[in-house]
Amino acid sequence: MPSPSQTALVKRCLLFLLGLTLFLAGCSGQQGGVGAGGQVRLQGAGASFPNPLYQKWLSEYGKLNANVLIDYQSIGSGGGIKQIKEQTIDFGASDAPMKDEDLKSAPGEILHIPTVLGAVVITYNLQGVSQPLKFSPDVIADIFLGKIKKWDDERIKKDNSGVSLPSAEITVVHRTDSSGTTAVFTDYLSKVSPEWKDKIGAGVSPNWPTGVGGKGNEGVTGQVKATPNTIGYVELAYAVQNKLPVALIKNKSGNFVEPSLDAVTAAAAESIAATPEDLRVSITDASGANAYPISSYTYILAYKDQKDAAKGKALVDFLWWGIHDGEKYTKDLQYAPLPDEIVKRAENKINSITNGGKPLRGQ
Amino acid sequence: MADSQTSLPSPASSFGARFRAWGRRRVLSSTGNTGDTIFRAVLFFCALLLLLIVMAMVVSMATNSKLSLDKFGFGFLTSRTWNPIQDEFGALPFIYGTVMSSVIALVIAVPLSLGVAIFLVEQSPRRLARPIAFLVELLAAIPSVVYGLWGIFVLAPFLREHVEPWLQRSFGWLPIFQGTVTGIDLFTAGIILAIMVTPIISSVVRDVLAAVPTSQREAALALGATKWETTRIVLANAASGIAGAIILGLGRAIGETMAVTMVIGNRPEISTSLFKPSYTIASVIANEFTEATGNLYLNSLIELGLILFLVTFIVNGVAKLLVWSVTRKTSGTARAA
Amino acid sequence: MASAARQNSRRLLTNRVMTTLTAACAFLAVVVLLLILSYIAYRGITAINWQFLTDTPKPVGEGGGIGNAIVGSFLLISLASVIGLPIGIAAGVYLAEFGAGWFGHIVRFVTDTLTGVPSIIVGVFVYAIIVLPQKHFSTLAGAVALALIMIPIAARTTEEMIRLVPLSLREGALALGAPQWKVTLGVVIPAAASGIATGAMLAVARVSGETAPLLFTAFGSRFFNWYLDKPTASMPVQIYNYAISPYDEWHAQAWAATLVLMTLILIINIIVRFFTRKKF
Repeated sequence: MPSPSQTALVKRCLLFLLGLTLFLAGCSGQQGGVGAGGQVRLQGAGASFPNPLYQKWLSEYGKLNANVLIDYQSIGSGGGIKQIKEQTIDFGASDAPMKDEDLKSAPGEILHIPTVLGAVVITYNLQGVSQPLKFSPDVIADIFLGKIKKWDDERIKKDNSGVSLPSAEITVVHRTDSSGTTAVFTDYLSKVSPEWKDKIGAGVSPNWPTGVGGKGNEGVTGQVKATPNTIGYVELAYAVQNKLPVALIKNKSGNFVEPSLDAVTAAAAESIAATPEDLRVSITDASGANAYPISSYTYILAYKDQKDAAKGKALVDFLWWGIHDGEKYTKDLQYAPLPDEIVKRAENKINSITNGGKPLRGQ
Repeated sequence: MADSQTSLPSPASSFGARFRAWGRRRVLSSTGNTGDTIFRAVLFFCALLLLLIVMAMVVSMATNSKLSLDKFGFGFLTSRTWNPIQDEFGALPFIYGTVMSSVIALVIAVPLSLGVAIFLVEQSPRRLARPIAFLVELLAAIPSVVYGLWGIFVLAPFLREHVEPWLQRSFGWLPIFQGTVTGIDLFTAGIILAIMVTPIISSVVRDVLAAVPTSQREAALALGATKWETTRIVLANAASGIAGAIILGLGRAIGETMAVTMVIGNRPEISTSLFKPSYTIASVIANEFTEATGNLYLNSLIELGLILFLVTFIVNGVAKLLVWSVTRKTSGTARAA
Repeated sequence: MASAARQNSRRLLTNRVMTTLTAACAFLAVVVLLLILSYIAYRGITAINWQFLTDTPKPVGEGGGIGNAIVGSFLLISLASVIGLPIGIAAGVYLAEFGAGWFGHIVRFVTDTLTGVPSIIVGVFVYAIIVLPQKHFSTLAGAVALALIMIPIAARTTEEMIRLVPLSLREGALALGAPQWKVTLGVVIPAAASGIATGAMLAVARVSGETAPLLFTAFGSRFFNWYLDKPTASMPVQIYNYAISPYDEWHAQAWAATLVLMTLILIINIIVRFFTRKKF
């Protein structure tokens, strides 16, 4: 055993380390989670797709309202739905809207508040091809079904005259984990390909007929980047950040559209007529000259009737700020802002959130 | 020492026999000392707590997988389909992936860890042993997520470019080395698991070997044994401890989630080739649990967890049998020597 | 005589071969570790600075750090050790001293099985028994989940190490008139201390890098947190979140956080070894 003086020395070092940790915690820039009087804490969780944007929102909002501490954890859309139903969090977030059965089985009415729009892009790795490729919807579906096997297939060449495509086999890269991105993509494929709808269907974790898998958006990105002659689907931010090529897709109106943020907002704007009152809508394969066909809303899920007045007020104020001031942070992070009409509808939703029967906004 | 009862008993069996006798005495009689009763009660309570925790987990998992147990029954174990959209689930591909990846991991890790432990305890100079021991233990501190990332960025490309093609060229007639080489497959997962499991097995074996009394080594050397032959006798002495170490390592391999799911390809298919992607139970639960809405889906995932318990039981049992048969042989040889 | 000589030279050859092989194993293990370590350092060293170690996470492009994650991990690991190690070690002592009957066999079997449970299942279990009834995520739930992973590791290694303590030690103490419990507590456990410490360190190293059990229990946070009933950030979760993001800046932070985590574990390891080293 070590001598008494050695033990004492080590003990003193440990105490010093402990004190140092406490000191550091105190002098951090952020207001610590020490619940002093007047502070309200909100816990949110859900979709990973809008996570970078929400983190930015929380940080900016926190600068303006230092006594409201909001946390958001990216655990996936399904996680967001589950936790809001269990009431372990104050607000949830999901890319795909909740299904009817989920809404019915929740302990209270849950509102869907759209916040931003995103795009799922088709990305690929083809040596020697520098222009962006064009794809028709049926071509994409058949590639992912495994029916179109080579890059120089006639149907791909038809849309890309003037591009010399190699005679190589296509390697499809899909997601191996359940994800909202997959749900949006398969939703689109089900709309444009009856065969896909029959055989595979739309969902978070389909039975892929062909291809290799990557885990998460970053996994697919990595695979596509590293393996030649691959094609895959990822969220726009991942393709942009990793400088991967994105394809132009023919939309319902017959135009080849690139996944620009304006095209995504256009898809939402064109679908307003078809958007129901509760704002749960799929905007894939939208009509409209400039609409990008694989776009989707992402929603925040909140109970219409808030149990805690202080928390409820903090929540509605934050949501209001988000759909107005928050929209100015979207473009830098590759998210598309909501069309104005939808902002108005979202405002109505937020105004309808109550506590004990009284609306929380306007108090 | 009073252990010269029978003619040349092997060190392992005589020690074990006396220990077992010691244990039986303890169980049957009480010493009448209150301190002893309290001590024993506290320890018993902790052991009981352990048992209760596991039972609670099993019960909780069984209750939460009722739907899929009812719907699929035993067919769940033999079905190869995993189709969440059409609500059809089967466990066979995952059982295969879990068992195969763990077996590959152990086949690589056990000899490697034993080698490391033997080197550290029996052969290396004192001053070298401690830093090397620390470094090997540090392998256990790497987060599993980081192993996964390293696997994707470093190991898989390395295996894809250099190792797997070589294996295919030299041994391609074996079905386990056939198929297109992508690097994201059962083979890579097995190797990553082997690296993760090595520090566990080697650290425990190291302590076990160090605890074998020096008198054993001295006796062997005095009889003219070489260093290696002495080591074999030490190993025979330490057999039960080594078995425990291997069980711990096996546990880690079976339950490892993050690292495996990043390099195994996550394809629920059974194939004879090691170069094809596969899927383990832990990976599919990790991948699909958060997004699983729909009760049959969730229940099936949890039933997979229950099956994993079963798989662990069985694989543990087999591992213990193997070790027992090996130690029987070695103690036989020690007697002859 | 000739055959004896041949046998001897064969034995010497085997000896030489095996010695080289074991040295090669050790060499290989160290090389692999250094490869991994150097890759982690290469990817992450640029992101390490004082601000990184003390600040809370910030949105992409604004820097930020893992200060709250370090504190969170420290809280989680300490609490998990306080809950899990005593139970595990006590169970191990029970198995070694009194575990010869049927109850001991069952407990041993069950412990072995528990080592193989995927950490995500432990997380889901603790979520069901602690988080759901309380209707919120908490540091306590995270610590319990980690403790459940530590218990079987500590129990198994403790049992093995205690079994290896020479009987002469126990018999000697008993002969001097010490009661059973004093023999175990005062003689056997200290003798096995370094081995038990190995088990404890393996358990700590294991849970310090686990993400899955914390995802549904301790959850995560942007803020510093000291309360057991609130969610908390932790290093492995933060590393995971950064690693799966699209941004290079966050990737570098993930690697840097790994370096910090491994350094902390190394320090804990050194401290524990210091206290349990054998004087003889």
